[in-house]
Amino acid sequence: MGEVVGFYVLATLILVFAGLVITARNTTHSVLFLMMDFLSVAALYVLLGAEFVAVIQILVYAGGIVVLYLFVVMLVNLKRPPESYRDPRRQGKLGVVLAAAVLVEMVAVAGYSRVAPAPVAAAVSPVVGNTEEVGWLLYTQYLIPFELASMLLLVAMVGAILLSKREL
Amino acid sequence: MPPGLELRDFAALLPEIVLTVSALLLLVADVLLPRRGRVLASIALAGLAATAVALVPSANAHLEVANGLLAVDRFALFFKAVFLAAALLTVLMSIGYLEVEGARAGEYYFLVLCATLGMLVMAGSIDLITSFVGLETMALSFYILAGFIKPNPRANEAAVKYFLLGAFSLAILLYGMSLLYGLTGTTGLRVMAATLAGQPASPLAALAVMLVAAGMAFKIAAVPFHMWAPDVYEGAPTPITAFLSVGSKAAALAMLLRIFLEGVPSLDADWRPLFWLLAVLTMTVGNVAALTQSNVKRMLAYSSIAHVGYVLIGLVAGSSRGVTAMLVYVVVYAFMQLGAFTVIVLLHRRDLAGDALADFSGLSRRSPFAAFAMLVFLMSLGGIPPTAGFMGKFWLFGAAVEQGDYVLAVIGVINSALSIGYYARLIVYMYVKRETTGSEPVVSPALGLTLAVAVTATLLFGLYPRQLFSYAEVSARALGTGAVLRALR
Repeated sequence: MGEVVGFYVLATLILVFAGLVITARNTTHSVLFLMMDFLSVAALYVLLGAEFVAVIQILVYAGGIVVLYLFVVMLVNLKRPPESYRDPRRQGKLGVVLAAAVLVEMVAVAGYSRVAPAPVAAAVSPVVGNTEEVGWLLYTQYLIPFELASMLLLVAMVGAILLSKREL
Repeated sequence: MPPGLELRDFAALLPEIVLTVSALLLLVADVLLPRRGRVLASIALAGLAATAVALVPSANAHLEVANGLLAVDRFALFFKAVFLAAALLTVLMSIGYLEVEGARAGEYYFLVLCATLGMLVMAGSIDLITSFVGLETMALSFYILAGFIKPNPRANEAAVKYFLLGAFSLAILLYGMSLLYGLTGTTGLRVMAATLAGQPASPLAALAVMLVAAGMAFKIAAVPFHMWAPDVYEGAPTPITAFLSVGSKAAALAMLLRIFLEGVPSLDADWRPLFWLLAVLTMTVGNVAALTQSNVKRMLAYSSIAHVGYVLIGLVAGSSRGVTAMLVYVVVYAFMQLGAFTVIVLLHRRDLAGDALADFSGLSRRSPFAAFAMLVFLMSLGGIPPTAGFMGKFWLFGAAVEQGDYVLAVIGVINSALSIGYYARLIVYMYVKRETTGSEPVVSPALGLTLAVAVTATLLFGLYPRQLFSYAEVSARALGTGAVLRALR
């Protein structure tokens, strides 16, 4: 019962903050609402018993990504009023219609699907924590994608240096 | 505690390991050696060749390695050979191009090798997580490579467009994948197939399949997810455009086949009509748009969109003949497309992109060899015998007819005829027009070798296709347990 209440409270918060992100007129406020949104999602993960994902959510999203956004917002100095960003072809309205259509479709699909939740492959042992379990999986079962991700990060690093430096 | 990796796994992963080591060596060599583009290019070539040699020990294997994340089988081998061949030709093509542009060679070849690494993983992956990381490794390398010539504003536009749309499409793909995981509780494709086969059809499964299909359609530039392709192909350095249109598409097709024929074959009632529509739209829009282009790179971009449409016919057929035809076409397409882009590289000068239709005017007088090579590639792209393109299309359309889908085959044939229009226009420019505006092409040894290999392959596979077909057939059969294809028939 408590979990259900917690879920609905958090879900409401997430939706409200998401709405504020796209309606706030000040870009910095918008980014801060986004951070609140990320934090609420992290709380949702805790509720699901996924502490590791929750911590990562806070570190990476609420931490790193929000700082990155704030940095960009302050760098490009968005002082112009929002009116000057209006698109002349009114594609924004088309976007709203399409988004609404997708929303209706998703709700319909969710409503019509009577699918039992899939059995979770590996039960989390109550003694060893969730984080430890994830660590074991990363370094054993998923070692190959984990190692490949390190190459991916190397590529990203090389690319970032290459594209941002004026002359090497 | 889940099991870790064993020595046997590392032995089977030798090609990927060799390629990773070569890429890292290249990065170190770039710092240690004096900045010589040719030395770095030869390291890259040696690394790719060593990777190809490393494929040999497990050439006849049919294994699942790394805890069921990767398959080492003939299907993977077939695609890996295509990727390595495409990467080798791309490096050969790039040597002169980078010298003319004065661009840095070390990072360039490093990124080409990393993109190839991503492709190898995509071809072998039988797990959504591994597929995704492989796809990302490839895509990220290409985002950077597309904007590699920094002073060129068009290259910047290409890189930004490709990055934004690529990231967007990846989000759609991930959403579909997460729904599939939610439905089956696994990311392993083979376990997923077994689980889904026991479930009744649900709208949620259909939605998941649609999202995955849309995400992958972005990567292979199928209409209506193709908008990025012409701009990116035009703006990126020409050798990268070639690699992008061949390697990246082939890798995405390999992943597509793995996911749809090994992971969700039981949902074929959902995805087959979807790909039917995608195939028809892709062929038609690609060809019609190509007719009006005056830039050869753009024209080839639209034509490559159309070719993806032809290839999708094989997936719609879903039979082993269809998949065989797809594999054959991927090889054929790789050589003719890489060859056509090599001719553009040949015409490239520092102040001249070499991709305007007028640059090809009177090419037969300036360089009979280049003009002849282009003629062969264009005939093959148009599907005119005795070139390889004809054999490839013949089998693709044949696969549709075998399944009784005459409409799709007829649309394919009509589109083929339509495409000859714009290929023929370029041939007229090369052979009939007299006034020349383009540069005097100098065929360097590397470019000459690239052209010779591409021309030979295009003619050889057209005249003696038997060997290629038998390889493709064995490889197609390796997909899944074989039971998948039988169930679809």
